[in-house]
Amino acid sequence: MGDLWAGLSEAFRLLVTLDGDLVEITLRSLQVTLSALVIGSVIALPLAAFLAVRRFRWRRSVIAVLNALMGLPPVVVGLVVYVILSRSGPFGVLGLLFTPVAMIIAQVIIIVPLIASIAHQSLRDLWSDYHDLLISMNVTQGQKMRTLLWDARRALLTASLAGFGRAIGEVGAIMIVGGNIENATRVLTTAIALETGKGDFALALGLGIILVGLAITVNLCIHWLSRTEQEGRW
Amino acid sequence: MRRVFVALVLMVWAGTATAQETMRLAVTTSFHNSGLADVLLPVIADDLGLEVQLLIVGTGQALKLGQAGDVDAILVHSRAAEEAFVSGGYGPHRTEIMYNDFVVIGPESDPATVGNASTASEALKAIARSQAAFVSRGDDSGTHKKELALWHDAGQGADGFGPWYNAVGAGMGAALNTASGLGAYILSDRASWLNFGNKGDLALLFSGDPVLFNQYAYLPVSAELHSHVKSDLAAQLEAWLIGPKAAELINAYSIGGETLFTFNAKP
Amino acid sequence: MNLFPLKVRGAMTARRGKILVGPVDLDLLGVGITVVMGPNGSGKTTLLRLLHGAARLTSGQIEWACDETQARRNQAFVFQRPVMLRRTVLENLIYPLQMRGVSRALATEQANDWSVRVGLEKMLSRNATTLSGGEQQKLALARAMMIKPRLLFLDEPTAALDGRAMREIETVILAARAQGTQLILSTHDLGQGRRLADEALFMLHGRVHEHASASDFFDAPETVQAQAFLRGDIVE
Repeated sequence: MGDLWAGLSEAFRLLVTLDGDLVEITLRSLQVTLSALVIGSVIALPLAAFLAVRRFRWRRSVIAVLNALMGLPPVVVGLVVYVILSRSGPFGVLGLLFTPVAMIIAQVIIIVPLIASIAHQSLRDLWSDYHDLLISMNVTQGQKMRTLLWDARRALLTASLAGFGRAIGEVGAIMIVGGNIENATRVLTTAIALETGKGDFALALGLGIILVGLAITVNLCIHWLSRTEQEGRW
Repeated sequence: MRRVFVALVLMVWAGTATAQETMRLAVTTSFHNSGLADVLLPVIADDLGLEVQLLIVGTGQALKLGQAGDVDAILVHSRAAEEAFVSGGYGPHRTEIMYNDFVVIGPESDPATVGNASTASEALKAIARSQAAFVSRGDDSGTHKKELALWHDAGQGADGFGPWYNAVGAGMGAALNTASGLGAYILSDRASWLNFGNKGDLALLFSGDPVLFNQYAYLPVSAELHSHVKSDLAAQLEAWLIGPKAAELINAYSIGGETLFTFNAKP
Repeated sequence: MNLFPLKVRGAMTARRGKILVGPVDLDLLGVGITVVMGPNGSGKTTLLRLLHGAARLTSGQIEWACDETQARRNQAFVFQRPVMLRRTVLENLIYPLQMRGVSRALATEQANDWSVRVGLEKMLSRNATTLSGGEQQKLALARAMMIKPRLLFLDEPTAALDGRAMREIETVILAARAQGTQLILSTHDLGQGRRLADEALFMLHGRVHEHASASDFFDAPETVQAQAFLRGDIVE
């Protein structure tokens, strides 16, 4: 218990003085996860809209697969990406292993099914509302998708934030593909793992507090957003 | 609103540019846990303008990374595996840099009376006999290989051990943590032990047997096999590591007054 | 662009083997307002959707005087329960024109114009989902008129509205007719039928049971069921 208190007080000191290591690691976490979020959303949201409005033979199976992929263990994704990006692997020539780009790739793969599934649910509901009107107006498929995406933007933002929450706390995959290299690929979660392993609880706790803070903030945003949706604002 | 957003974006992505040369070196967790890297790396950056990115993994994985060409050089401590690496053509040569020793750590109360042993073999036999809790690296690292070799020499087969033998599959720091938590015996390199921050009830119980000798060597990865490898930078680093400045820093490195490594490279 | 005369021959729409409407044979010349009447379940809504192209034609033909794409572009449909986009009233109004590539500025001009005509000019920046039933239906009607359709379908447009809203909607409908728009409107309200119809279609069990000009139909219905219906009896 004494350890914990000593750790916590040291953690607060690091936070308050904006310790250099802490800041650097936090910024990198944000860089990686926000990039993954943007790229993941650009892939997942139109995909969700496409699945909502187009009817094609394998639509139900695709949706089922997407839902199943949400349960993909992140560390397995990390392993597969590692094997693919390793120099002795098919895309080794790109030299991406142990760089932040590899971490972004792994995180994108992990969060796209999540964002797409959640978004698809909302878009499907909205489509059942709009269906008669938009068909009657003869709008194109592209216009249907864009109309849905715009009008459901609050729900889509919620879906994206869920993806963010998943990604920021992920440690297995990015540890494997990033290598947890100091000053290069070390982020909040991997640093916590490392520092805890070394027995240096102060820094680990400080980082943990930030991570928890980020996760809580994101969840609060989701909560606030869904309330504004119900009240019909913006 | 838009301006705030742009400012946030810039703030997050600012400062990602680096001007130095970089190379990747896979090192063992034992080496990293000693803290020596934190002393050497800044000096290397100053002297050579070289940023060495460390991948901290077990010896087994370091060798694999070298074989695959995912790193430019490796620093490990398992002679047999290193020689196999070179003879397999994965690296042109191996260069000895420094050595330290392994020690037997255990709970202060020492239920297996390891402190009374006169050789490493006796110490391990005592632990096996008393079935006191023991933590093994279990990760195919240099330390792990050493531990298995020692059990073998003591006439014990690690495969047949009961639940008192815990193979954690982790680095030195994490394994020490587990040992601390379990109040168990563990074989560690002296440097990692001295630098370990969570000793709890553990104490150094046995050391000094010559068989616990632990040699570190530097192996550049073969540029013939992997043309993308930064072999010139790896060569620069190697030259520095066997040079006088490295010798000075390594021999002077101490924790709590005890020096950890002895430089033994032949220039 | 002339959509009429519309020739419908043996048109039928069925689902899972069950015939919903048809076979229907019809010649529509587009004389102002065509009112489709009949008891509940007679297929009024389905007939409108079939003619509009919203219900699948499983057999028979529907032939407009121009080609089908042109016909579809020049029609609009007002549903019984209005579909509101989750946007402001103004954005709802300009949506159909925006989808056709009209500039936002131009579309806004026309939207302002129509909002005055239906009495919604004070609510342009309100979220359309917060409007009352009558206001939403007026919005739907104005939105449909924005593309200047040659033919406007209205499926029981005032079924859920109070008297005042009904009057306002009917005023707009008559104004549209005066401007040259053809309308096909379904209703179960006899009074409304009498007020608005130029031509009447009486539906029963998914088929067109009687088809006549308004005066002929209301003054001298030919079939027994139509007579019963006009008397206000239950028609089975």
